[in-house]
Amino acid sequence: MDFFAFVIWPYVALAIFVVGHVWRWRHDQFGWTSRTSQLLERKWLGLASPLFHVGALLVILGHIAGLLVPAELTEALGVSEHLYHSIAVGGGVLAGVLMGVGLVLLIIRRVVFRDRLRLVTTRGDIVLYVLLSVIVFFGFVETVGHNVVGPGYDYRKTVAIWFRSIFIIHPEWTLMASAPFAYRVHATLGFALFAIWPFSRLVHVWSVPIGYLARPYIVYRGTRLATKERGS
Amino acid sequence: MRIFAQMAMVMNLDKCIGCHTCSVTCKQTWTNRDGVEYAWFNNVETKPGIGYPKAWEDQERWKGGWALDSSGKLRLVSGGRIRRLTGIFANPDLPSIDDYYEPVTYDFDTLLTQPVGKGMPVARPLSALTGKPTSITWGPNWEDDLAGAGTTATQDPNMKRLAAKAKMEFEKSFMFYLPRICEHCLNPACMSACPSGAIYKRERDGIVLVDQDKCRGWRMCVTGCPYKKIYINHATGLAEKCTFCYPRIEAGLPTVCGETCVGRLRYIGLILYDLDAVEAATLVADHELLEAQRQVFLDPFSPEVIKAAQAQSIPPEWIEAAQRSPVWALAMKHKVALPLHPEYRTLPMVWYIPPLSPVLDVTAEVGGDPVLPDDIFHAVTSLRIPLDYLAELLTAGDTDQVAGVLMKLAAMRAHMRTRTLNAETDHDMLARVGASAEELEDLYRLLGIAKMADRYVIPPAHTEDAAMLNAWTSGCSLSDASGVGPGGVGYPRAASGPVPVELRRRK
Repeated sequence: MDFFAFVIWPYVALAIFVVGHVWRWRHDQFGWTSRTSQLLERKWLGLASPLFHVGALLVILGHIAGLLVPAELTEALGVSEHLYHSIAVGGGVLAGVLMGVGLVLLIIRRVVFRDRLRLVTTRGDIVLYVLLSVIVFFGFVETVGHNVVGPGYDYRKTVAIWFRSIFIIHPEWTLMASAPFAYRVHATLGFALFAIWPFSRLVHVWSVPIGYLARPYIVYRGTRLATKERGS
Repeated sequence: MRIFAQMAMVMNLDKCIGCHTCSVTCKQTWTNRDGVEYAWFNNVETKPGIGYPKAWEDQERWKGGWALDSSGKLRLVSGGRIRRLTGIFANPDLPSIDDYYEPVTYDFDTLLTQPVGKGMPVARPLSALTGKPTSITWGPNWEDDLAGAGTTATQDPNMKRLAAKAKMEFEKSFMFYLPRICEHCLNPACMSACPSGAIYKRERDGIVLVDQDKCRGWRMCVTGCPYKKIYINHATGLAEKCTFCYPRIEAGLPTVCGETCVGRLRYIGLILYDLDAVEAATLVADHELLEAQRQVFLDPFSPEVIKAAQAQSIPPEWIEAAQRSPVWALAMKHKVALPLHPEYRTLPMVWYIPPLSPVLDVTAEVGGDPVLPDDIFHAVTSLRIPLDYLAELLTAGDTDQVAGVLMKLAAMRAHMRTRTLNAETDHDMLARVGASAEELEDLYRLLGIAKMADRYVIPPAHTEDAAMLNAWTSGCSLSDASGVGPGGVGYPRAASGPVPVELRRRK
């Protein structure tokens, strides 16, 4: 069971993630959009969407710091365990609250204004909302339940090492056996998020328009003239 | 001097009867689909009025177009690039569907299925969005013929700027129709606001289009466009806009709105312009904007321009079309056409001949004779309200420019009247408007007689270019921006490749 959840499933999910994106890009750039619903409802979105997105970006940064940065590195840099723990838990709670509140408001918005918003709510959106909610919930269980209220759990000794080991094709899945239930569910569902990513509206993340900062304001396109085109 | 060609339009507002045929045929052609029920690429507004969407000209609220900052640089009213990206999670200046209107259909089924009874069956309005019963409280032409103007016309942003001078009094009211499409600007704010770079201007004819494969639905273009002529399709989440009916233009046909215009008030033709002069024309003071915009256009009869155009491989039939262009004649030769809100600094390419009829009405009301040029001239200059209003609309507040055009139109009428009556030509009047008898007769032919072939001078695309024109729509916007984008001269992507599918189910 653990072998499936922490070895096979991550690789399957990542394969779907990669192949899915290639497929989606080749076949559905038309649908590759943030699928804005602001036209139909403006007020709630104005509060909830920035909360959710800023929170989500902080959460992603937190995961990078927690999972990809080895504990040895922060120790070598002189960051004490206590300091790391305070930043991780404090920042994690803040980011989680922003994202969680935003997510809850966005879901309430979809329900309250369902007459109009059902026009732009697909089954994929509902799956995404449910999955994200469950993942965020278990994220809170980890951060608040285990590390604020509870005795604390050093995921950097198990979960983080397992996560990095996946990417060097040497999965140390046995490390996850000792991890608390919340961590195990959170990780498994996290990979589910990667698996549905290319088929959901999440693809808009890869279109974050940083190129806008550098591109010329006015865009001309096409070859201007028939004769020039023929000659060239 | 880099010579580009622009497909442009002029509308003669005196001839618009407000029949909405252009809007209806446009809708049937382009927006008769899910997701754009509320969108009218062409709409006709009654002015004064707040229009569609509500108060679109109020840029303090909607933040459309460009403005000069304190150092004289051109900036989008909605803010710079970084400001725009920080607003990407929720655009603070986006109109919602209620600022347009809730589209409706009717419960026609009831008319057929209601059992025999005492009462007449009634088809109640249903929201086209939700399918539920709704009451109609606003629409795209809610203010038709000044309906409800007592409450809305005073909210017209142009009226507000006139402040105390122009109270909307019923006895002194005036009205005219304003048909509006995308302006296909030379300095489009929608394009500049687009984070994805999905909006582009075709080098061949200047038509502004949205690449539906590149649009990511960041909805900044809706805010950027001061004319609010770019719409979110809520079914696809992508931006859509007036296409200037480019498939028809490529075939040498006028746009659908032009083809079906009952009043024959639209003129379509080419304008040659100097790309290198565009930027400077956006940087002058408000009162110089009109003249600066005219300076961007190149005289297609000038030997120097013709030579340069040939050197830049503009086909001879395009140069000839530019010479026969009614847009050139009305905007540049006779100078009777004016741009809509030049103070937005987008260099709009749909221009308007201001309507004389509000002034003629007022002339009669104050006891003048609307066929006597002196009485009309007097009305033009002394009765400020219609004049000031038109100036707010067409010349950034410069009443002299509008008065000049109106006097020329009045002089044209008077001159043709003397011709019909075999009376003596009034040279004094001609001198006052600075036009010769021949010029006024030429203008008369253009405004009063012009047949289809004179109103629409459109050189068709070469058929051998059809595949290339098609490929543009899916090419890469930046690498193809020859001379403009960082990629230099590029070539459109081949039309082959994977067949696109849509992941989302269609409703």
